[in-house]
Amino acid sequence: MQPDKNKLALFLLLTPLLVWLLLLIVIPHLDMMLISLQERVAAREYRTSFSNYIEFFSEPLYINTFIRTAVMSILATLLTLLIAFPVSYYIAKMMKGQSKQILFLLCLIPFWVSELVRTYGWMILLRESGVISSLLQSLSLVNGPIEMLYNDVAIMVGLIYGSMLFMIVPLVTTLDSLDDSLIEAGYDLGGSHWNVLREVIIPHATPGITSGCIVVFMLSLGNYLTPVLLGGKDSLWFTEQIYTQFITRFNWEQGAALGMLLLLLSSLIVWLGLKLSGQSFRKVMS
Amino acid sequence: MIPSIPTSRQFRTIYACYVALFFVYLVLPLAVVTLFSFNNSMFPSLPWKGLTLDWYFGTTEPRLGVFHDTALLSGIWISFKIAIGTTILSLSVATCNAFLFERETFFAKNFLYVMMLVPLVVPGVILGVSILIFSSNVANTVEDLWGYDIESLRPGLLLVVLGQFAFITTISTLVISARLRKFDLSLEEAALNLGATRLSAIWTVTMPFLKPALVGAAIVSFLMSFENFNTTLMLVGSEAPLTIAMFDRLREGSTPVINAVSTLLMLASALLAVIAIFVQRKKPEQ
Repeated sequence: MQPDKNKLALFLLLTPLLVWLLLLIVIPHLDMMLISLQERVAAREYRTSFSNYIEFFSEPLYINTFIRTAVMSILATLLTLLIAFPVSYYIAKMMKGQSKQILFLLCLIPFWVSELVRTYGWMILLRESGVISSLLQSLSLVNGPIEMLYNDVAIMVGLIYGSMLFMIVPLVTTLDSLDDSLIEAGYDLGGSHWNVLREVIIPHATPGITSGCIVVFMLSLGNYLTPVLLGGKDSLWFTEQIYTQFITRFNWEQGAALGMLLLLLSSLIVWLGLKLSGQSFRKVMS
Repeated sequence: MIPSIPTSRQFRTIYACYVALFFVYLVLPLAVVTLFSFNNSMFPSLPWKGLTLDWYFGTTEPRLGVFHDTALLSGIWISFKIAIGTTILSLSVATCNAFLFERETFFAKNFLYVMMLVPLVVPGVILGVSILIFSSNVANTVEDLWGYDIESLRPGLLLVVLGQFAFITTISTLVISARLRKFDLSLEEAALNLGATRLSAIWTVTMPFLKPALVGAAIVSFLMSFENFNTTLMLVGSEAPLTIAMFDRLREGSTPVINAVSTLLMLASALLAVIAIFVQRKKPEQ
C-alpha cells in the first residue's frame, strides 16, 4: 500500500471525529465557560468578571441545592450498589445456563422503556390517589389517603430504579469472569463468607463497581425528570436551577456559570472515584 | 456462596426471596402503567372501573384515545424524524471512528480516544445548554455581520438531532469497535490478494462481518434518541417531540391516554429489543 493512500484514508477517517468533537463538545463547552465569565453592564454590553460565580456563593439557595444534589446523588449511587450487588452475584454465580440468560435479560427490561414512562409508573404507585395508598386503605392499615409523592424518598426511589441497569450490567459482567475455583480456594483456606467476599470477590469486581458507580452517579446528578416529577415543587435539584436560568429567566450568563459548576463537580467526583479505586477512565468506560 | 459450597437452607431461601422481590420492584411500575391504560375511568388510579379500549381508540373528548389524539400523534412523528436523523448521522460517524481507532496509528491517538469517551460523562442538560449557547452565538454573529438570520441554528429539530448525536455517537462507536476488534485481518488480505481494491474488500468482506454490530448500534441509537429527554429539553423549539409532549401532560395531570401511549412505547421497544438480541445472537459462521 502506498503511503500517500494511507495518509488520505487516515485524513478521511479523522475528519468526522474531529468535526464532531470540536463543534459539538469542545467549542460549545469553551463558549459556555466564556459566557459564564461575562457580566451584563448595559443592554448588549458585557464585561469580563466573576460576578456570576460570586452570585452563586452569596446565594444560599444555589449552594444548598448544589450540595443537596451532590449528596443525594452519592447516596443514590451507594444504595443502587447495595441493592444491585447481591442480585448481580445471584445471576452471575448462583444461576447457570438458560435461566441465567433469562434473568439477566429481565434486568434489562426497564432500560428499554423511556425514563418518562418509568417515572410515570412510580407516580401512579405513590401519589395520594395512587395504588399503594388505596391498597393500604382497603387493608385498613391507614385511615384516609396518604401522599407518598413529592418528598425525598420518592426522588430516591425513582433515581435508584432508573439507574439500576447501569449497575447490574457491569457487575454481572465482572462477577461472571471470576473463576469459581478461586472462591472455593478461599473457603478451603478457611475463610468465612465475609472473608471471601472481602478478599476475593470484591477485589475482582472493583472495575465493575467503579464503572457502575460512575455512570449511576452521572445519571443521578444530571437527572431532571425524576426530581421534577417525583419531587414536585420543592425538589430543589441543581439541573432545575440551570433550566430556570436558561429558559424561564433568560439569564444565560448565570445559567452558564451554574452549568460550569455542575460540570466541575461531576468531573471532580468521577476523578476521585477513579483515584480511590485505582482504575483508569479508559478502562472503566469501554 | 456458590452452589458447590454448602450453605444453610434458610440462607438460600432468604437470598432467593430477595432476588424475587427485586424483580417485583423492577416490573411493578411498568405493570401499573399498562394496567391502567385499560381502566374505564377518567383518572389513572384506583378504584378499578372495568375494562375499556377508549384510551386507545376513543374518538371524542374527553375520552380521546391515542390513535385520534393529534397532539400526541404529531409528537410521535416528530420523535421518529429526529430518531432517524440521529441514527443515520451517528452510525456513519461511529463506523469511521471504529475503523480509525482499530486500524490506524496516529499522533495523539490515546488522547483522542479519551476525548471520544467524554460525551458519556457530560450530564445531558449541560450538553444541551452548551450546544444551545454555541449555536446561538454563531447565529447572532452571522446576523450582526450580514443581517441574515439562520433559523436552523435556533432551538428546533436540527439542534435536537445534533445534541443527541453528540453523545449517542460515543455509544455506537463502542459497539461497532468491539465487533471490528474481533475481525480476522487475513480475510481482508485474502480479498486483496484475489485482486479486490481496498474499498471493495472492506465493502464485501468487512462490512458483512460488522452487520450485527451495525444493526445493534442502529437500534440502540434509535431508542436512545426516541426516549431522550434531558438534552432535548434544552434544544427543543416549537415542535414538541413525544417525550416533551408527554412531560407537559404529566405535569398538568392527564387522562389515561398517557398510559396508552406508554404501553405502545413499551411494546415497540420490546419488539426492537427482541430484534437486537436476535441479530446479536446469530453469529455468522465463518
